[in-house]
Formats: sequence, structure tokens, C-alpha cells
Amino acid sequence: MSQLRKQGLTRRALLSRAVAAGALAVAGPGFIAAPDAAWAVEVTAISEHQMATLLQMARDIYPHDRVGDRYYAVAVKSYDVTDQKQMVADGIAALDAAAREAGFDTYLAAGWEDERVAILRRIEDTPFFQTVRGGLVTGLYNQKEVWPIFGYEGESFSHGGYIARGFDDIDWL
Amino acid sequence: MAQAAKFDLNDDNVVVIVGTGAGGGVLANELAQKGVKVVALEAGGRYMPEDYVNDEWESFGQLAWTDPRTTSGDWRVAKDFSGLPAWIVKAVGGTSVHWAGASLRFQDHEWKARTNYGAVEGANLLDWPIDGAEMAPWYDKAEAKLGVTGVGGRARLPGSNNYKVFEKGALAVGYKEVHTGNMAINSADYDGRMACQQTGFCFQGCKWGAKWSSAYTDIPRGEATGNLEVRDHAHVARILHDDSGKVTGVEYFDKDGNLQMQKARIVAVAGNSFESPRLLLNSHSSMFPDGLANRSGQVGRNYMRHTTGSVYATFEHPVRMWRGTTMAGIIRDEARHDPSRGFVGGYELETLSLGLPFMAAFLDPGAWGREFTTALDSYENMAGMWIVGEDMPQADNRVTLSDTADAFGLKVANVNFSDHPNDIAMRDHAYARGQAIYKAVGATRVMPTPPYPSTHNLGTNRMSERPEDGVVNRHGQSHDIPNLFVSDGSQFTSGAAENPTLTIVALAIRQADHIAKEMAAGNV
Ligand SMILES: Cc1cc2nc3c(=O)[nH]c(=O)nc-3n(C[C@H](O)[C@H](O)[C@H](O)COP(=O)(O)OP(=O)(O)OC[C@H]3O[C@@H](n4cnc5c(N)ncnc54)[C@H](O)[C@@H]3O)c2cc1C
Ligand code: SF4
Repeated sequence: MSQLRKQGLTRRALLSRAVAAGALAVAGPGFIAAPDAAWAVEVTAISEHQMATLLQMARDIYPHDRVGDRYYAVAVKSYDVTDQKQMVADGIAALDAAAREAGFDTYLAAGWEDERVAILRRIEDTPFFQTVRGGLVTGLYNQKEVWPIFGYEGESFSHGGYIARGFDDIDWL
Repeated sequence: MAQAAKFDLNDDNVVVIVGTGAGGGVLANELAQKGVKVVALEAGGRYMPEDYVNDEWESFGQLAWTDPRTTSGDWRVAKDFSGLPAWIVKAVGGTSVHWAGASLRFQDHEWKARTNYGAVEGANLLDWPIDGAEMAPWYDKAEAKLGVTGVGGRARLPGSNNYKVFEKGALAVGYKEVHTGNMAINSADYDGRMACQQTGFCFQGCKWGAKWSSAYTDIPRGEATGNLEVRDHAHVARILHDDSGKVTGVEYFDKDGNLQMQKARIVAVAGNSFESPRLLLNSHSSMFPDGLANRSGQVGRNYMRHTTGSVYATFEHPVRMWRGTTMAGIIRDEARHDPSRGFVGGYELETLSLGLPFMAAFLDPGAWGREFTTALDSYENMAGMWIVGEDMPQADNRVTLSDTADAFGLKVANVNFSDHPNDIAMRDHAYARGQAIYKAVGATRVMPTPPYPSTHNLGTNRMSERPEDGVVNRHGQSHDIPNLFVSDGSQFTSGAAENPTLTIVALAIRQADHIAKEMAAGNV
């Protein structure tokens, strides 16, 4: 969680400084944040629009309705570095171009997941898409914090295994 | 414990073993117990149960062989995991650190696949030069060594949640031979190792030592004799020979990257089925331009990986399959040879579970969107099984030297694999059966999942009666070079339906007996 910084801003202050950056995040100078200010990600190398787009892409590639945006934000935060800047800029420009072909101003302007997925399908064979998708496999699912949402219990040795903790407790068969 | 031996680099009376996994680790101990001096060279580091981690990716980083390899052929692994054709270990103990512990004997007919299956177009089937009767006493010894459950008076393990779903479905569709398996996992304390605590991280190294691995059994026991020296971080680059064509030692890179030369009376290769042929091929010389032990041209050929695949299913209620042994039970009814099913040979169905991180990577590699993520949303309600069936040896499914080089500048293995039609027919049959089993217990969704990077790697230095058909004879001894042996799964003439390691261990015990006798007789 270290990459995520709570900004200590009030919701009103945050929103007054921010512009809506799509369905799920607001972007301000140097950050994107949840509309309710529950979390925020600092953006340094890439633009706020690009970070907000990456975040939405991550959600649309691996949508889990019970997994909050902050986990997706952690998963894509690693693209906010100088040596990824060009790759991200080119990739998102291509994504927004694909969105325009589909009749939207940008990818983020498409309101329904189905519409955005259709746009993603147009670019899914590109190295940019595959890099983002591949990175999410570990970037999202290997966050220990998301495991409980899926019920996965992780490490068990220190608890003495499951021998006395329900390895055979199934009761509905 | 006695001080582990240290042998001189110029000591030409030692047996050098390359690799310390299921094959090499057992051979090393068995020879040491008989008083033979052994130097075992292992490319990886040494990790013990206290070092293993209950975390899939972290453990992968600790133990897996991630040196470069390349792939070709039409198998999906070449596309999804092009640099990772196999998921195996680089560490003292080899892949016996990772393995799930399923320990099955071959069925008698499987030793004679060519005779019993007949000619199969496109397959390079061959009978083993040995059979079930000859192997029976060696299997007895192997089962006792590994502490296999369900044989030798050892109780089977209790059934986990994943097993109970599987068992109920299996019985509902009419299967009869369904149980918690023959596992090299202690159901009660045995041989100084404790009983399984059902922690569920068998693939990451058993922190309790309940599962057999050569890393903490055979290897330390061999060292305790004073006859075995294990050098870790010792990557063998080349096997050397003299003008008479006998091998004389090996060159290896030590932990500091310096090239060393260890002399040897005998060299035994046990680097698993990619590295063993790679080493033989990389050891080519003017006398052996196609690589050592390769007059037949068979080194690297007939690579087998078992016909695999998984079936996962989700249910209305939780299963929590990750709790307990990773492989928790088996259905054996389909293991028979019955060509009326549309294929030769048979397959086993074995429960399997992956943690969430590996499930995300392996359930449907490359997939995205809600079809994929809704399956993971039901991870807690998921049960899983793995297919392991006999695949056909094919001459062009083979390991060759790639143009890519590793950090030492050594050419790496390219692994070429394409399914045989028999493999596809078997997999489709198994997918259908697996789905029927789960539907019989109320599965809400079933998922026939593609094969993972190979865990069973077999056949690239196969055993044959006639020198022109294979690389080694009935004792794993090179047809061409009498003091060169192959001691791992690459000896397999055919793959059988069973998980291979019990057979690898039985062959290693038998080979140690042969080597010791031949040395005593002055023949090698
Ligand atoms: C996840 C998983 C689960 C499995 N479950 C089962 C199971 O339930 N039942 C079963 O029967 N089998 C199982 N297997 C397969 C089993 O682990 C292997 O069949 C067995 O370990 C192979 O033994 P081996 O001696 O051929 O090679 P390994 O055990 O792989 O040992 C080879 C060793 O050689 C070393 N080496 C390679 N090249 C060199 C070199 N040039 N110089 C020095 N050292 C070198 C490697 O680092 C390695 O340590 C499983 C495998 C995996 C990955
Ligand atoms: S489930 Fe049993 S065998 Fe597997 S790691 Fe845990 S204690 Fe070891």
C-alpha cells in the first residue's frame, strides 16, 4: 500500500480542485482520487488522464465488483515512471483513437463497461494492451490485501495448517 | 552427523552426479550408503523446510528454474509461457521440493506400450527393456523410502474438502476406484518425519517435512555417511572424455562463476528431461560431433510431458480447495488401456488446487473480461482436478540446442512439442468426464483448463533394448559410453498414465545397485 497516499483533503476541497476524469476517478494537478476522496494516487511522470485511463482499463480487463479501485490503482501505479512514459502515452493515444472510431470522445467517455470492452477488443493484440494485462495478473491478484475478498486465506504454516482449521469441514454435500 | 565429505577436483575415483532431484538425489544417497564416493553437482542453491515460503510467487522466485529456455511447436504453452516450458526446480532436491507426492506404480501393460498398443501412426512407441515383474522389488524399496500411503501398511491420508466433492461426483457417475491416493506424504509420523498438517502448500516445499523430498531425506543421509559431497551453485557445462571414448569428468561453473573441472570415474546425468539432453548435446566433441551418447541420434527426442489439463468447477457453496494437501485424491478407473474410448493408453484424474495468485495466472492464460473474472469471483466455491495421461512419444517432440545462450554463454534448450491426435482425443475424453463428475454434485459452472507449463518431463534420453532405438540400456547406462549414465525421468521409454517420480526413484535405487556391482567387478 506504500504507493498510495491518503491526501488528507476534504472531499469538497478535493472536488473543487479536480476535474472529472471518467467513471471512477477524479483528476487534479498531480493526483487522481476517488470521488469520495477515500484514496488518491499521486501522478508524477505520466498525466492524470493517462493514470485515470490505466485505472479504468485495469477494471475493465479484470472486473471484480467487490474489489475497490484502490487495489487497481496499486496495480497500475508502476507505470507512473519515466521509462514507461512513452509506452503509456502511445498506448493511451491509440486507445483513445480506437474510442473515437467507436464514436466516443475518449475511452473514459464511454459510459458502459460493454462499450469500453468493445474498444479494448480493438487493441487487445497490441503490445501495450498485453503489457498492461500481463502486469495485472501479478499486480492485482498477488496483492495480499485482495485475497480475503476472494476468500483466499494465504499462508497457513504459522497457524499450524488446516488440520484443525477446517480442511474437511464441507457441510453441504 | 558425520562431517560431509570433501573430495579433490583431481580425484578420479568418484562418481559425479549432475543434479540432486528425485533421480540424482536418490542415486547419490544409495551409492554413498554402499560406500561409493560421490560428488553431486547442483546448479541451484540449498533450501530447507525452514526456508520454504507459503506464498506462490515468492516461492516460485526462490525455487523455480528461471534460466532461459525457448519453445516451439503448436502446444499452447509455447504461446502463453514461451520462456517457461516447464515449471521445475533449480535447487538441491530438484523438483522433489515442488512435487505433490502422488506415487503410483506403472501398470504392467504400460512397460510394453508398443506391443500392447500396436503401431500408432506418428508415434514412436517402443517397449521398455524391463517390465513390471523386474521392477516390483525396486518399487517396494521406493515406496518404503518415500513412505507412500495406502501400501506397506501405511494408512491413507484423510479426505479434504476438495477430495470430498471429487469423491462424491466420481461415485455418482459410477467410478469405483476412488481414494485419497498413494502419496509420499506421511499420514502418521514415519521415518523421522512428521505427519501432514494439511497446510496446503505442497508445491511450495513442505515446511513440515511431511512430504518426501530428497532435499531433507536422501541428501543429508548420504552426506552423513561421509561418502557424499554436494556442491550447490555448481552448474555443469560439459562432460569430458578421453581418446578411448570414456568420460573422464565434468566442467562446471562454481558459485563465483569460475570454471572448475572435476575428474570422475563415472558420470551420471540427472538434470531433468530438458537439461540432461542439453548437457549431452553441449558436450559434443570431434569424436562425438552430435553430442555424447548420441550415436543413435535419439538424444533429445521423444519428449513426453503427459497429456494434461485441469477441470475446475464452481458450486453454490464454499469448497475452499486450498485447505489441505494440494493433490488430495485420485480416480483410477480411466487409467486402463481401452481403445474403445478412441485412444490408446489411459489417464488418471487427481484433485488439484491452486492458490488465488496461480489460479489467476493459469486458469485461462491470456483471458480477460467478465467470463474470466466471474470464475475467480467464485474462487472460494471452486473445486479442481488435474488430468494426467499417457502421451505418445514423437520423434520431433524434442529438445535441441537453441541459439539463445544462458548467463554462462551455454546454449539453452529449445523445447519443441505438438500434441499427437491420441493426446487430443484423450484430453477431450478426460475433460468430458471431469465435467460430468462435477455436474453430478451440482456444479454451477465447469471450466476445462489448458495444460500448465510441464511438470512431468520425460523421455529425452530413452531406454531401449537396441542401441539404435534409444540412448541408454536397461540400467540407464549409455549404449555408447559405458561409464556414462542417465538417472532421471529422461530415461523413460514411454510415459504411462502415472505420475513419474516413484518410477524415477525405483530406477535410481536399481541403478545404484548396478553401478556398485559393476564398480566392484572392475567393469566401469
Ligand atoms: C508442481 C509439481 C508437482 C508435481 N507433482 C508430482 C507428483 O505428485 N507425483 C509425481 O510423480 N511427480 C510429480 N512432479 C514431477 C516430479 O517433481 C519430477 O518428475 C521429478 O522431480 C523429476 O526428477 P528428476 O530427477 O528427473 O529431475 P529434478 O527433480 O527436476 O532434478 C533435476 C535437478 O538437476 C539440476 N540441474 C539441471 N541441470 C544441471 C546442470 N547442468 N548442472 C547441475 N545441476 C543441474 C536442477 O537444478 C535440478 O535440481 C511434480 C512436479 C511439479 C513441478
Ligand atoms: S499439506 Fe501436508 S504435505 Fe502438503 S505442505 Fe502441508 S504438511 Fe506438507
